[in-house]
This record gives sequence, C-alpha cells and structure tokens, in this order.
Amino acid sequence: MDISFVIFISSGLFLGWSLGANDAANIFGTAVGTRMIRFFTAAVICSVFVILGAVISGGGTSATIAEFGGVNRIAGAFMVALAAALAVFMTLRSGITASTSQAIIGALIGWNLYSDSVLDTTLLLEIISTWLLCPLLAGAVAIVLYWLTEFALNHASLHLLTQDALTRVALICTGALGAYALGANNIGNVMGVFVDVAPFRELRFSAFSISATEQLFLLGGIAIAVGVFTYSRKVMMTIGNGIMEISPVAAWIVVMAHSIVLLMFSSTVLQQRLLESNLPTLPLVPVSSSQAVVGAMIGLAAVKGGGAINWSTLGKIGKGWMITPLTACLITLPGLFLLDHIGQQEVAGQNRFRLAEQSFPLIEQAGIETWPYRHLVGVPFTSEQAFIDRINGYQPLNPEQQKKLIYFAHQSRFELNYRLYSSETDWLSPEQWQSLQQLKQRSFQYRWQLRHALAEVSTAWQTRPDTIANHQYNQLLEQQYQQLERLLEIPPETTQNASGITTTDNNNN
Amino acid sequence: MKLKRPSLLSRAVRLERRIDDFFDKVVQAGLLFRAALDLYLTEGSSDEYRAKMAAVEQLESQGDKLRREIEAELYQNTLIPDLRSDVLSILEDVDKLINRYEATLFKFDIEQPHFPAEQHQVLRRLLDTVCESVEQVILASRAFFRDIRSVRDYTTKVQWLETEADKLSTRLLRELFRSPELDLAQRMHLRYFVERIDDLANAAEDISDRLTIYAIKRRI
Repeated sequence: MDISFVIFISSGLFLGWSLGANDAANIFGTAVGTRMIRFFTAAVICSVFVILGAVISGGGTSATIAEFGGVNRIAGAFMVALAAALAVFMTLRSGITASTSQAIIGALIGWNLYSDSVLDTTLLLEIISTWLLCPLLAGAVAIVLYWLTEFALNHASLHLLTQDALTRVALICTGALGAYALGANNIGNVMGVFVDVAPFRELRFSAFSISATEQLFLLGGIAIAVGVFTYSRKVMMTIGNGIMEISPVAAWIVVMAHSIVLLMFSSTVLQQRLLESNLPTLPLVPVSSSQAVVGAMIGLAAVKGGGAINWSTLGKIGKGWMITPLTACLITLPGLFLLDHIGQQEVAGQNRFRLAEQSFPLIEQAGIETWPYRHLVGVPFTSEQAFIDRINGYQPLNPEQQKKLIYFAHQSRFELNYRLYSSETDWLSPEQWQSLQQLKQRSFQYRWQLRHALAEVSTAWQTRPDTIANHQYNQLLEQQYQQLERLLEIPPETTQNASGITTTDNNNN
Repeated sequence: MKLKRPSLLSRAVRLERRIDDFFDKVVQAGLLFRAALDLYLTEGSSDEYRAKMAAVEQLESQGDKLRREIEAELYQNTLIPDLRSDVLSILEDVDKLINRYEATLFKFDIEQPHFPAEQHQVLRRLLDTVCESVEQVILASRAFFRDIRSVRDYTTKVQWLETEADKLSTRLLRELFRSPELDLAQRMHLRYFVERIDDLANAAEDISDRLTIYAIKRRI
C-alpha cells in the first residue's frame, strides 16, 4: 500500500474518531447518563456493532455520499474528510453537539465549489429534506413506542426491580441495534468519499473474502470505536442529562426510535420492500443520529405534555446543526487551495467535457433538446460548471437534465486492457464476463459508448424497463457499470488554456 | 433440566423478596402493636403484653437488618439508579414506623399510663384508625413497586384515615382534659400518649405524600 494513502486516509480516520466521540453518545448516552449501563460495557458493545454495521450494511449510504460528492482524487477526499472532522471537533469542543452527516455535506459542497463542479441540487435537497424528516420520523416512532410501552407496562405490572433488570437488558440490546444502525448509516460520512479512490484489493481467505470497500469500512469502523473509547464519555453525560430529565424506560424508547429511523435510511432491503408494496421509499442517506435522538426526545416530551424539555440545550444543538456544515465548507475551501498550490497535490481530477455528434440521439432520447447547442460539438471544457453555464446560456436545463448531459459529455478513456483481464472479476456474471472478452483491446472515450457497446453484445449488460420489480436489478447493474468504469478508466493527458477550454490528445469519435 | 435464571433477573427477584419481607415485618409489628395495646387496656402491663412487646422489638431489629441489606445491594449493584434515593427514603421512613410501634409499647410498659375506662372505646377507635393508616401506607409502598396506578388509591385512604385519627385524638384529648377524675399531671401524661399514637397516622400520611410524588417520577 502506498504510504501517501495512509497519510491521506488519516483524515477519514480522524472523522471516524469524531463520529465515535460524538454520535456513540446518542446510542448509549441516555443509558450511561442515567447510570443504567457502565461506560465500559456501553463502549465495548457500541464498538463491536458499529464495525459490524459498517462492514455489512454500509454500502447504501456510502454510494449516496460518493454520488453527491464525486470526489475523484484522494488528496481531495483527504481534505473533505479533514474539514468535516475539524468542524465536528471544533463544534464539540465548544460544548455543542455536532452532526457528522452535516459536516461532510458542508465539506463536499466546499469541494464542489473549489473544483468548479455542478452541485447536484436535487440530491442536496433530498439530503437536506432527510435532515428534517429524520427528527420528525424519530419523534413519531417515539410516540408510538411510548404508547406501546406504557400499555405493556401497565398490563404486565412488573416489580420495579424486575422492570429495572429488563430495562437494562433492553437498553443493551437496543444499544447494539443502534450501534449497528449508526455504523450502517454513518460509515458513508466517514469513508464514503474514499470509496472511489481507495487502492485496496479484495482479500481472499479460504472460506470468505473481504472486498476493498469492506476493508475501507472496517478501517472506518475501527476509527469510530477508538472515538467511542477515548472521548465519548463526556458527551454521553450531556445527552443523558442535558436535554430533559429522562427515565431508563424513556431512554430505551429514545434509542429504539433512533435505531429504527437510522435503519430506515440505510436498509436497501426495506427500500425494496416498500417499492414492491407501492409505498413511498426513503432515500439511503446518512442522517444525523443526534437529530434522531433529539426528535425522539421531543416526541416523548410532546406526548407527556411538553413541559419536560430543556429548550436552551435544544437551542444549542440546533445552533450546532447550522454551524457544523458552514464551518466544514469554510475549512474545505482554503484547505483545498493550500493542498493544491502549496502541497502540490491534485485535489480534483482533470475532467473534460465535450459533446459528440453521436451522443445527440441518446440525449434526445433522454428528453433533452439538442438543437440550441449542437454547434458546441467538439468544443472541450475542463469544468462541469463552465460546460453547464455555456449550455444554460442557450437552453436552461433542470438539475436532472444537467446531470444527464454531463454524463453524455464527460470524456475520458476506457480501455479493455490487461488490467481488466488480470484482475478479480467474480462480481461479474459469466455472461457479462464473456461479453467483455468479446470487446478485448477496444477503447472508448465516453461512458455511454462503453455501456452502449456492452449492451449490444449481451443482454446481461442491458438495463431493464424502470419498474418496481426491476429496481434492484438495475441498481446492481449500475453498481457493476461503475466498478467496471473505475477499473477501465485511464485519465488522458490534458493541457489547459486560460479560458477553461482544453486541447486533447484524443480525437472526437 | 431446570433452566437457570440470568443473574441480573435472579438478583432482582431476590431483592424483591427481601423488600416484601421487610414490609411483612412492618405489617406484623402493626398487628402486634394493636393486640398489645388492647391487652394493656384490659389487663395492664401483663406478661403477655411484654411478650408481644418483645416480638415487636425482634421484628424491629430484623426489619433494620433487612433494610440495611436492601440498601447495600441497591448501591453495590447500582440498581434502579434513577429511583434509588426514592426507594431508600421509602424504606427508611417505613422502618421508622416499626421504631415508633416499639417505642410506644416501651413507653406504655415503663410509664404505665392509666386511661379512664370511659375513654377506652375512643382510644381503641383511635388505635384502629392509626393501625389501618399504617397498613394502607404499606399497601401503597408495595404498589409503588408493583402497580403504580394503585398508589393513589391507597394514599387517598391514608389521608382520609389521618384526618379521622386527628378528629379522634382531638375528641379524646378534650374528654381527658375535661374529666374531673384526673388531675393536671395525669392529663398531661395521657396527652403525651394520645399524641404519640396519633403521630403514627401523621407519619403514615407523610410517607403517602412522598409516595404520590415518587409514583409520578416512576412513570415513563
């Protein structure tokens, strides 16, 4: 492994540490704060299950972070994670509960601004809407759980001590579930930006294998565990005693509501089930576990009459939600500048956008008119923003159309060379592998060209009609395409002129 | 094969038994107290009276021992951390009720107060009311542990019984101080005993007031 990777990933590990220090308190804070569970017990359970959640179920939210950020150089990923971690750490030091999810989004916005990329506003709005939806859902779940628990306790007539013993067991089990949910949902914050740039290879043991992404998530999970052990005790006491006076049974309700909501935003299985039942789905997005806890507590307080909330503590937490992403964004911008110009590190890949004549029918098929800007064929751009600004000058596009057009215009080089044939390909089906053999030694300048060629050779590379039943299949195929493209892509040598328009050694097809 | 209960639960069940045993001692002490004073009014400080007094004394020391064990276990194993201080307060207050029973019986044995026969009926009614209020507060305490919704029912009864005890003790004192057969020293002496008995109902009411608050705290 390259030593520079160890240095660059340290910021992700630092962010993981921050997450452990801060967000573990959301799971066991109430239990430890009310002294139902000892800190050490809580820390051990939390660490083990965070790692399991990250490795087993961390993929969904990480894909969203990777898609939103589009960070394509490890130095850029380093700075994004570092800025988010610093923002969380600074907010924490000032005694305010911080959200890692919001810090990473703030840092990614900073990266997008610096790299002159087009911000995926649709996805950003979706993510921000989950920030609102998450506490609301947690509150609603907490209210339902409160009613159910009250009904059960009234009818069971347990002795106080039996109830206490059962509550401890329930807190430990729910804490484990909460830690799993945190790992599954929030590993995207810690390692999501590194997924596309990490140099890991799949590790094979006799009975099982660990993919590159799982190794990355394992590292992130361990960093979170270190954060839990070294710094979370103080925050746990704040969560336990700060927002409102809370009984151990209420603590269980809060953690349970938090865990359910985090799993709702992480579970690909649940998403598929909802789709199959024609119900609205939730996006797989890292949400703030702090917001989930606060939402659950507000729900509980509301059902009990609303007088129990310490609004000043709540206000401080709300302040943290605004300060954290802003701080992360403001740290990212100068950080990237310093790394780029003084550290001489490439923080963003040299992207190139050039419309090809052959892509127009496909663009039209995607529902975007092409006649206003057809004369731009062959004109290269080095920044997404410059390209989209020019297009918007002729024909304003909505965010979804912008995304599609960028996909069609993004020029690179994809070679089916020895790198593909010498690497592990057990993530492909035999039919897919056979079709790749048929395209041996060919190269493509655009993703759509590669995809088009593969789909022509084999139905195994064809997306199916966009129906509920095909949703999971198409999602998996998209992941396979992305993995293949990462393997085949060879960024071309480019030179840039002052106007942001490049010259290239590749000819337009 | 007999399934073993997890240690956390078995510890809880063991402690529950001890708490129940402790409350049993208070109830038994109350029954003995009532029977002993009945005997006293009939035949004075007899051997049987002293036997009952000794039994109450024994119950008091057993209750003390149980209370200390419960308190130690609650603290050593950090059980019910949120309500621990409330539980200790209940146990200590209830323990004081046995102390009062024991002390009152001793006072009767040592000072041998002589109540005129015409006041015996009111005094017996006062004793019944006071002992009933203590029994109700024990039921409220048990309910605090097992069924918080019933706590209020019992504490309401305790409050009513305490008011009744006040009325009876006032009536008794009035009759004592108006009795021409008694001199002032005797009146003052008997007043002390009436107030001592009535204080049991006051103590029961204080505990019931606190129980009402603790029951609210015990809710989710």
